[in-house]
Order: sequence, then C-alpha cells, then structure tokens
Amino acid sequence: MHDVVVKNLVKTFEKCQVQAVNDVSFTVEAGELFGLIGPDGAGKTTLFRMLTTLLQPDSGQASVCGFNILDDLKSIRSQVGYMPGKFSLYQDLSVKENLSFFATIFGTTVEKNYDTIKDIYIQLEPFKNRRAGQLSGGMKQKLALCCALIHRPRILFLDEPTTGVDTVSRKEFWEMLIRLKGMGITILVSTPYMDEANLCERIALMQAGQILSINTPKEIINQYPRALFAVKAEQMSRLLGTIRTFKFVQSCYAFGEFHHITFHQLLPDNLPRLKEELKGFESLEIKKITPTIEDCFIQLMNEEKQMA
Amino acid sequence: MRADIVISTNKLTKKFGEFTAVNHITFDVHAGEVFGVLGANGAGKTTAMRMLCGLSLPSSGEATIAGFDVYKQTELIKKNIGYMSQKFSLYEDLTVMENIVFFGGIYGLSDAQIKNKSAELIERLHFQKETKKLVGALPLGWKQKLAFSVAILHHPKIVFLDEPTGGVDPITRRQFWDMIYEAAESGITIFVTTHYMDEAEYCHRISMMVDGEIKALDTPARLKKHYQATSMDEVFYELARGAQRTGD
Repeated sequence: MHDVVVKNLVKTFEKCQVQAVNDVSFTVEAGELFGLIGPDGAGKTTLFRMLTTLLQPDSGQASVCGFNILDDLKSIRSQVGYMPGKFSLYQDLSVKENLSFFATIFGTTVEKNYDTIKDIYIQLEPFKNRRAGQLSGGMKQKLALCCALIHRPRILFLDEPTTGVDTVSRKEFWEMLIRLKGMGITILVSTPYMDEANLCERIALMQAGQILSINTPKEIINQYPRALFAVKAEQMSRLLGTIRTFKFVQSCYAFGEFHHITFHQLLPDNLPRLKEELKGFESLEIKKITPTIEDCFIQLMNEEKQMA
Repeated sequence: MRADIVISTNKLTKKFGEFTAVNHITFDVHAGEVFGVLGANGAGKTTAMRMLCGLSLPSSGEATIAGFDVYKQTELIKKNIGYMSQKFSLYEDLTVMENIVFFGGIYGLSDAQIKNKSAELIERLHFQKETKKLVGALPLGWKQKLAFSVAILHHPKIVFLDEPTGGVDPITRRQFWDMIYEAAESGITIFVTTHYMDEAEYCHRISMMVDGEIKALDTPARLKKHYQATSMDEVFYELARGAQRTGD
C-alpha cells in the first residue's frame, strides 16, 4: 500500500526562471521512514509544501493517503502532520495553549491522543505554562513535533527537523522518530546531513530539483561504482594538492580525518604506485574503505554534471 | 605577548541581563592558524564572534584582535578583519560586480586596487559569465564562495566565518575549504564556526563551546586521544551531553 505517490511533479518560481522541483517521481509505503537527503536548493521544502497541499504544482500528479493533492485538500490536511523547517508555532501562547489550539483545529482534544505524544510531552511538561517563544531550541522542536502529532496523523512530514541542532538533540530526535514509526505512522523527513541517511529505511538523494537516486541506504552504497580508498598523512592540505596532480587518480576529496580517492581504472598497481608517489609524506596510511552516503552523493553529482 | 598572536582573549564575558551568553573565555589564536569553534545553537559562538569583530562590547574581560583593543579600538579592528556569515554577507539585489566594488570601497581599497582585485577574483572563481547577475539569483554554494572572496578582498589579518558552509552541497563545501586553506597559506588567520564534524578535522585547533564556556581546546588529534574517541562527533557528544541549555 502506498501512502504517497508522486509522478513527474514540477514546480517553478519566478515565471519559470527557477526550477525548484524538476520532474520528480517516487512512492512511499505505509509505515515507512523515508528520507529526502540534499543541500539547500535541492527542492525538499517545495516538494513537502506541494504534498501537504500548501502549494500547487505546475504539472505532474501526486496523491497522499490515496487523495489527490489538487482536489482533495481537506482530506489530506486531516491525515497529515507537518513540521516546517522554520519554527511556526504561536510564540506568545504557552506550551499547553499551543497544543490545545492545534488539537481544536483538528477537531480533537489533547487527552484523546495523549498516547501518541506522551513520550515527547513529558519532557516538555515542566515548562507547560511557558510561552513557546521563551523555550530553548531543543524544546521548541519537541513542542512543534507534538503539535504536528496531536491529531494522530497517518503521515508525518518533517522538514529539516535537525538543522542547526546539536549532536545530542539530533540523536534524541531520531530516537523519537523511530518510536513514532513503531506506532505505524508513515514518516517523510528531509535533512541536509548525509550521516542521517542511514537512519532511514529508504532515501532519495536530491540535488537542484532532481532525484539523483532512490533506494535503501545500503543499496545506494552497494551501487557505488568504484573502489574507494582513504589516505592520511602529516600535512593533509599538501597531501590533497599532491594527489590531485596524479593522472591515474580520478577524484580526491577531503573527508574529515582522511582524504577519499578513486582511480580511473581498477588496476592492480594503483596502490603500489600511489604509495611510491607519496613516499615523501610522513605517517602515510592508505586503506580500502566502504563508501559513505556522502561519497555516493558526490559521485552522483559528478555523474550528473558529466551528462549535462 | 608572542609576536605571532593575532587574537588574544582573557576571561572575556558577555551578559544580556541575567543571562551569561559567553562566560570567561580565554584563548590565543596564532597568525596563519585555522581555528575552529564547535558548539550547539545557543552555546555562545556567534556572541563570542561578534565581540571579537568589534560589533558587540564585552561585559567584562579583555581581548585584543590584531593588536587592537575590543573596547576602545573597534573601528581599527573592523579595518583589519573580514567577516562573513551564512545569513548575511552580500547584497542580494546588487549584481556580483556591484557587490565587489561596494565592499572594496567599504574596505578602503582604491579604484585601481578594486579593478585589479575584482578581475583576479572573477577569474579565480570562473565567474566571467556571472558578473552582471544579481547575487540573489546565484546558487547558495556560489554565493558563499563569492562572499568569502569578498571578505578577504582587502587581505585582512583575520577573517571570521560564521557557519559559512551550512546547507551547502558536499562538493561545494569542500571547494570552500580549499579556499580557506589557500587564504590561510597566504597568511590570513581563519576563525570559523561549523556544525559539520568532518570540518572540525580540517582545523588546526578546535575549541568546543558548551553553555557559553570553552570546555575543550586542542588539536583534533589530541582531543580524540584525550576523550578516547574515534571521531570528533564522539568528542562533542561527550562534552555536550552535560549541556544545560540549547537554543536559538
């Protein structure tokens, strides 16, 4: 059963000058945790706004919970919860007031659906009379999630919930999502952090309005077409510059502590040759590694560029 | 004071009413160093940076930037530094060239210098076709590269970068760091805040801010060793777990 079906969706802005979403198609299964992964400008927010009926597409089709996004707006709105990237609750209402407000809008009460939000709400309870505007960032985010859940939606749309949030809160947030998934709620979540991709069941890698690849994180990594090596030594900056001058090296990118490199051809003498060329560097370390989602993203971006 | 110290702070503190945003931070940054600041939203990174740039007066403590005092010589500080942030750096409704000329003027360059520097900048960024485009129409990554180039147009002693790569695609993010290194090698000291843990590895030294205080300051390798962590993410997790506040 598909909860979300998107077919050739297109959205442009400023008289077709800006192609925000460019012929995007995908489906999301009921109960799935699906991630849209990509930088700013990928089209994630525009896509979410179309699927939550806040924006109409230029062309293409989509359905959410079986309802068409063009003519069944009200049915969709009652079935989805949406947490925008920008904090959008009422800053001068208290925690409790915001929650009751959103419950009332959806024709329900906080008590009726308390089970859904309980785990998250107990962390907010000490501040229930505080105005939303006075909450810390992590608490605001939890309140926004509660408000998006208060009508027990079938699908939850979360637009970059972890952007600008510290590592600890990010981890907590993903734990909450996995619990919500356990309740049977379908979740679409967008993020610019590539490392969060592994927490989703399936992901769509997005760039400049288009989907580069859709699959499980594991399968996307399996599809990486080359052997990947990590290199480390003293003087990482000079190492990067040096490796990039080698003709037999296809790509070399900085990845934290290491540089990741690929070769043009899979030849047995690639490694010995590299070691030989780099023997002037102290504490040289070279190893074969499994690509990360970010390696895959970079590879797909480069492929796209070559085709264009 | 050592001759190569370009930023020096001693118990620098900023209070907003009852709230202590930055609490007694003490550190030195050396010339040509890439100095990183990590911390959650609300940890005090931006407030600290604004004091160092001469944009916000400290409540107490001392600091000198390029040898100038943050209380009395803020105008001299501004002449000797560059600054860019993710939110605002360039005028979106001016063209690429108009922005370069405008900021060149602000930084006190002569017309001849602006002409030379802008030609050089356009060439290096391969922006030949973009000079007449409005900055608002450029992709985010291009904007950030341009903003950085403009921030160092006058070859300042120090450039302050406030989350310069937030939301930028993975390839452009790396190109941006190539530019940071190039600037550092030309003698410009880099003071940068970031949310990306891999970028912490690119800094010579990292300071970790939690609740307005510097909880740790060292090279990435030594921090990992000290906290027996395999990645900077783990180091940060250990330090931030005890945080009392998070926020905007």
